[in-house]
Amino acid sequence: MSNQASTLFDKVWDAHVVRKIEDGPDVFFIDRHFIHEVTSPVAFLGLESRNIGVMYPERTFATADHNTPTINQHLPVQDPLSANQLKALETNSAKYGISHWGLGHARNGIVHVVGPENGITLPGMTIVCGDSHTSTHGAFGAIAFGIGTSEVEMVLSSQCIMQPKPKKMRVNVNGTLGKGVTPKDVTLYIISKLTTAGATGYFVEYAGDVFRNMSMEGRMTVCNMSIEMGARGGMIAPDETTFAYINGREQAPKGEKWDKALAYWKTLKTDEGAVFDKEYTFDAAEIEPMITYGTNPGMGQGISRAIPTSDQVEGGKATYDKSLNYMGFHENESMLGKKIDYVFIGSCTNGRIEDFRAFASIVKGRKKADNVTAWVVPGSHIVEAQIKEEGILDILTDAGFELRQPGCSACLAMNDDKIPAGKYAVSTSNRNFEGRQGPGARTLLASPLVAAAAAVTGVVTDPRELL
Amino acid sequence: MAYDKFTILRSTAVPLPIENVDTDQIIPARFLKATKREGFGDNLFRDWRYNGDDTPKQDFVLNNPIYSGKILVGGHNFGSGSSREHAAWAIYDYGFRCVVSSFFADIFKGNSLNIGILPVQVSAAFLDKIFLAIEADPNAELEVNLPDQKITILSTGESESFDINGYKKHNLMNGFDDIDYLQAMKNEIREFETERIY
Ligand code: SF4
Repeated sequence: MSNQASTLFDKVWDAHVVRKIEDGPDVFFIDRHFIHEVTSPVAFLGLESRNIGVMYPERTFATADHNTPTINQHLPVQDPLSANQLKALETNSAKYGISHWGLGHARNGIVHVVGPENGITLPGMTIVCGDSHTSTHGAFGAIAFGIGTSEVEMVLSSQCIMQPKPKKMRVNVNGTLGKGVTPKDVTLYIISKLTTAGATGYFVEYAGDVFRNMSMEGRMTVCNMSIEMGARGGMIAPDETTFAYINGREQAPKGEKWDKALAYWKTLKTDEGAVFDKEYTFDAAEIEPMITYGTNPGMGQGISRAIPTSDQVEGGKATYDKSLNYMGFHENESMLGKKIDYVFIGSCTNGRIEDFRAFASIVKGRKKADNVTAWVVPGSHIVEAQIKEEGILDILTDAGFELRQPGCSACLAMNDDKIPAGKYAVSTSNRNFEGRQGPGARTLLASPLVAAAAAVTGVVTDPRELL
Repeated sequence: MAYDKFTILRSTAVPLPIENVDTDQIIPARFLKATKREGFGDNLFRDWRYNGDDTPKQDFVLNNPIYSGKILVGGHNFGSGSSREHAAWAIYDYGFRCVVSSFFADIFKGNSLNIGILPVQVSAAFLDKIFLAIEADPNAELEVNLPDQKITILSTGESESFDINGYKKHNLMNGFDDIDYLQAMKNEIREFETERIY
């Protein structure tokens, strides 16, 4: 059976099983563990109460991002509870010898942005973090997924977690994307087709022309959103684009180690004839710039379409009505022309340099609409520096935008970046749940291009008209 | 963290017939700032349960005194969204030991099992029957029998069996957790680690 065709996912998974438990999960080894201030303190308390230590501190990386402020980061954090969590991360990291990129550190930023940009994320790895968008790292051909705090404690204390092996799904998108259609649109499109629970129980591999031709930033955006259709994670086989991205990054293998790693990485692909439990194929030409109109990421559609009626969507009418009611929208209304109050560009979904390039491509030579408050938040200090170096900051400033400092910001609104109740925000983040961006906030998920078009016109606008 | 052993639970139930209840509803992010696992039950379903001025919303089920119990019955795709274990903590801390739905999001299900909450997945038809039984009589009791993997509506006698893997079942019934298991196999892990290329 050894030469049986297997999938990328199987190859990486099987290489990390320490022990198989009969009628139970696999004991699964974790190569890289990221921690942040919100989901780790209780795990460290757990270690203390059991009187056990951290088994491999060099395999864990700490960064502060979830509740950090995005202005005046040089000042003490105002909110005492946030300050307390940040302090706990720092103290725990120091105590156990874990690398810690705290607030103000040159490499600080959102955990799923800094991992890849510093070469910590590599193909064939297993990567976990107490944040569900850990799936981002799958863009490199890694198995990466979010875990709960009990599991954070498991990884700290034993470098393993207990995981039943998920089923396998492949999503193919073939053809060429149209003008103004970005990786974010591809993922919102897929989620709208599969629904928010459509991939629950599965691990997804993305394949086809569209992903082959996509940049690493774009692949990260797509893998990031895998969780929004219920999947544990998503991955893309590494190729020359991947290797070129990694080569030379701070913690990437060098010299002989690089050659050895590269030889291994080249084996990381799904064999011809390997079988998936489920497979979907979509045509790139069908995908428009997308926007969501409801309160879960599956409630999205092409920007030029009218809001569906309840009989056109799956699920109960009561739930659908509740959702539209929360949004203040009605069936059959057009999304185009809806007034916007806030625009947020950032997060681990769309907070990388390519996203700010896209945003600037529309903003350039235009002005921010007066009715719009815009939060432009880089994913990391490295991204922030790139924005300045490439002249994007000048474009933003000329158009009346301010650049903030890196962090999760309005993606989950744990810091002060909260959208006020009842206000509409076009957001490049990943979740439009009720209250996600602040109590009562109304979120429209979209790409950086759609966000830029809304920011300069003050209403939902098809970005293709401005390109 | 130790939790109570789970064997047979007989209780009234609180109905929440809403689909896609996500973890941001179960516990909004602004309540995740604690560094200890305490007091999360107060903020369970915070924004559905309280108005902006902290007065209770009378029409929300947790504020309705006729419903109570250790079992929460939710609509399809319960627990979607974030990996925050705080969602499961809030449910546990409020006093629930079991959540019933026709479908659970993966991470929520895993987190629940890890902290001693039993997620019971039933068919859509059986879920409807449970909702009907509670609607007919808020004092209607359910029996969740973990050893037999069976859930019964006591007022009607209708029952259905549910799945759980043998390992997790054993853990829940004995109050064990994964960390105990992993600590016991550290030598095996150490050997495995030395072979890793990263
Ligand atoms: S940006 Fe949002 S999704 Fe990403 S790590 Fe931060 S909170 Fe999580």
